[in-house]
Amino acid sequence: MQPAVEFRNVSKAFGPVQANADVSFSIAKGSIHGVIGENGAGKSTLMSILYGYYHADSGQLVINGKEQQIRSSQEAIGLGIGMVHQHFMLVENMTVLDNVMLGAEGAFKLSKKRRETEVKLREICARYHLDVDPLAVISDLSVGAQQRVEILKQIYRSAEILILDEPTAVLTTQEIASLFDILRLFKEQGKTIILITHKLGEIMDITDQVTVMRAGRLAGAVATVDTSKEQLANMMVGRPIEGNLPRKPYAPGAPVLQVENLQLKDANGVQLLGDIALSVRAGEIVAIAGVSGNGQSELMHILSGMRLPTSGTVSLEGKPLPFAGRSNADGLPAELRDMGIGHVPEDRLRDGVIKDFSVMQNTVFGYQERVTKGLGLFDFDAIAKRCAHLLEAFDVRPKDPNVRIGLLSGGNQQKVVIAREVSGSPKLLLVGQPTRGVDIGTIESIHTQLLRLRDEGVAILLVSTELEEVRALADRIIVMSGGRITGELPIDEFDTTRIGLLMGGMHKS
Amino acid sequence: MKTTELPRWASGFVLPVLNLLSALLVAALVIHLLGESPVESLQILVNSAVINPEGLSYTLFYASTFVFTGLAVSIAMKAGLFNIGAEGQMYLGGLGLTLAMLAFDATLSPWLLIPLAIVASAVFGAAWAFLPGYLQAKRGSHVVVTTIMFNFIAAGLMNFIIVKYMIPEGDQNPASRTFTDAAAIPLLSNWLPFFGESTPLNLAFILALVALVVYWVAVSRSSWGYRLQATGLNAHAAHYAGVRISRTIIIAMLISGALAGLAAVNSILGSTHYLSLNFPAGAGFIGIAIALMGRQHPVGILLSSILFGALIQGGFDLSLEKPNIPQETFIFIQGLIILFCGAMENMYAPAVLKLINATRSNNGASKG
Repeated sequence: MQPAVEFRNVSKAFGPVQANADVSFSIAKGSIHGVIGENGAGKSTLMSILYGYYHADSGQLVINGKEQQIRSSQEAIGLGIGMVHQHFMLVENMTVLDNVMLGAEGAFKLSKKRRETEVKLREICARYHLDVDPLAVISDLSVGAQQRVEILKQIYRSAEILILDEPTAVLTTQEIASLFDILRLFKEQGKTIILITHKLGEIMDITDQVTVMRAGRLAGAVATVDTSKEQLANMMVGRPIEGNLPRKPYAPGAPVLQVENLQLKDANGVQLLGDIALSVRAGEIVAIAGVSGNGQSELMHILSGMRLPTSGTVSLEGKPLPFAGRSNADGLPAELRDMGIGHVPEDRLRDGVIKDFSVMQNTVFGYQERVTKGLGLFDFDAIAKRCAHLLEAFDVRPKDPNVRIGLLSGGNQQKVVIAREVSGSPKLLLVGQPTRGVDIGTIESIHTQLLRLRDEGVAILLVSTELEEVRALADRIIVMSGGRITGELPIDEFDTTRIGLLMGGMHKS
Repeated sequence: MKTTELPRWASGFVLPVLNLLSALLVAALVIHLLGESPVESLQILVNSAVINPEGLSYTLFYASTFVFTGLAVSIAMKAGLFNIGAEGQMYLGGLGLTLAMLAFDATLSPWLLIPLAIVASAVFGAAWAFLPGYLQAKRGSHVVVTTIMFNFIAAGLMNFIIVKYMIPEGDQNPASRTFTDAAAIPLLSNWLPFFGESTPLNLAFILALVALVVYWVAVSRSSWGYRLQATGLNAHAAHYAGVRISRTIIIAMLISGALAGLAAVNSILGSTHYLSLNFPAGAGFIGIAIALMGRQHPVGILLSSILFGALIQGGFDLSLEKPNIPQETFIFIQGLIILFCGAMENMYAPAVLKLINATRSNNGASKG
């Protein structure tokens, strides 16, 4: 039988970044096909090419035996390809029915089409056990039900090939089970399912075939029955690691950061962080590994004061952080900075710098009250001196304090942020994704700076989705998955297979 | 080296001047179509607004009001807020000032009375801006919408107060009684006879200059202004830096409202000496144009205020001398300036950038 989808030597680059390189594999009709890989491995780009968002630089796409040029998602829908995004594309204040009809209204008069569609939706819901009321308003539905609406939308548009991007990321265990029942039903009816995920357990549970992506390339393609979680984890993250930067022997001091029983729920009551307990001691780097979106960002936001936890205690050198009695986190980051917490945020352009400020203005960002000389007026001489010193010490290029920071490369922007946070002489430095979007030449210099701080006795909590970076910097590794800590291991027990399993939500057994 | 963005002198000076010239060019075309000579009209306008000392003093008198409304809109803009409500805030500022005058102008000495009235105008203006600021900060109600609504509410409220409570008995004119002589603030012509006898240019002009300097220090030289600008440019990052976003927004609106309220000092204390219906006469809206054109920079605000003052003064004389040109021409030119300086602000930027790069590479070639 001919495959439903076949990628032939597909390549796609964004500027200097090769997102997909020479990817070839096929997806059998009527199967559930898993695509796994770390962040940035290229799975989303590949699916976006299939769904017509991007156009491949080279290579062919063969759908049901015919080579196709898919230029837009409209064309993809025309070919029977449907996609359920990780973030739902629904109009919250409209009904299920209206959401399904949106973009496929058909005629000027809505009422007739609406009646027909409603009948058809009820039919589809009954056939696939989708359990959605077509007349319910989206905002009243649970996340799981909203996802079923997305699926319903695709089925209504007669999708035969259904792409699901991290569909279980936002679901409860029960919702996952019912989603999988629905997917199995689809398979029985001859539809093809492409499941993008990083959870190895799910892959083993439901898929027939697995394609593993790594760094934009195909790292493996196996039948699920012939493989194991361990083998998949190895394929996903396993790569040669080399080049250790010099560091002093591990001799941690007193605990600096202590987190106990930390919980965070969002406005809908969904648990984002559960039972987080960890400590970081002076002179050590503790790295949190995990696929992004598993609670690391939320944890960093809480520790830096940008967000309040739902419950739990955090203390710095024994002093509790002032979370109690607050209704919002307005102004809290400044208080924590004064207590000695520096923060290199993971989303640099959103949080870390102001693009329209000069480099010099950005070197005092967050520390603006410390460079005044009475009456809140800036001491510009001191600021200029301080800036010149930081640009020199951290080798920021160009060394022009008056250039807009938005014009610097990502790596140099990051150097400015790190320089600034280090200049506050923190006791604890929170570092999120320090080398994301940073040119390769700069990565080593950033790593060297972080190790130097560690050697000087600063406690560093690092969040990274790059295992190589974790390996290069960490003294201890904590793995997070689904908002919980799934394991902890010292650096000399570094083991990609085990970390990969923990990242996939498998508890240490 | 090739630049991808304009140097500050180009974006801060060359672009506004080009935009202004474009607006005047279109205005000239319309004057030509009205059957008058654009060159002659420009001569009359410049002569009446700038060269004639008395005309100049009127220009500066109008500019004094515009500096305050321009600053009001500018400081809110620095915090990322588009305060459309300077008109209403100025109107309420006038109420505060008038209430202080009506209550005390018979009893207090001018040394106490005038500062009190000035403070009252600022307080009332700030109070009128508080609710929009609060709603923006705490509830996310967009300040553009709320301040527009507050302009309407201010108009209705003031209509009610003036007509119901302030018209002196037996009077038909919808205005309060005239204040006593204690309320008169010094005219600049007392010290600078150059401006002529009968001009209304007054102390408020000096206050406006002081306000510009204070604005510059607060916005560009202090950590408060730094936080304000950070909030306006990237609220996420400002939160990261420990800025209290909602407090900053509310304070920015309070100051904006206070500055708009202070604009009433020039109009009422400096000239009419009574509160009349609709006395701001659009000065609050002109403040928006001034903030846009002056790019929220004190020098830019001053120059744009003088320009708009000159257009009012010169346009008035022009319509007297040229019957074909109606008085509304000023409003038309004002609209053109807003169009070119606001909506089409960066129209010439690519061309100017090209020119700069071409000149630089030429220089580089001749040096190399």
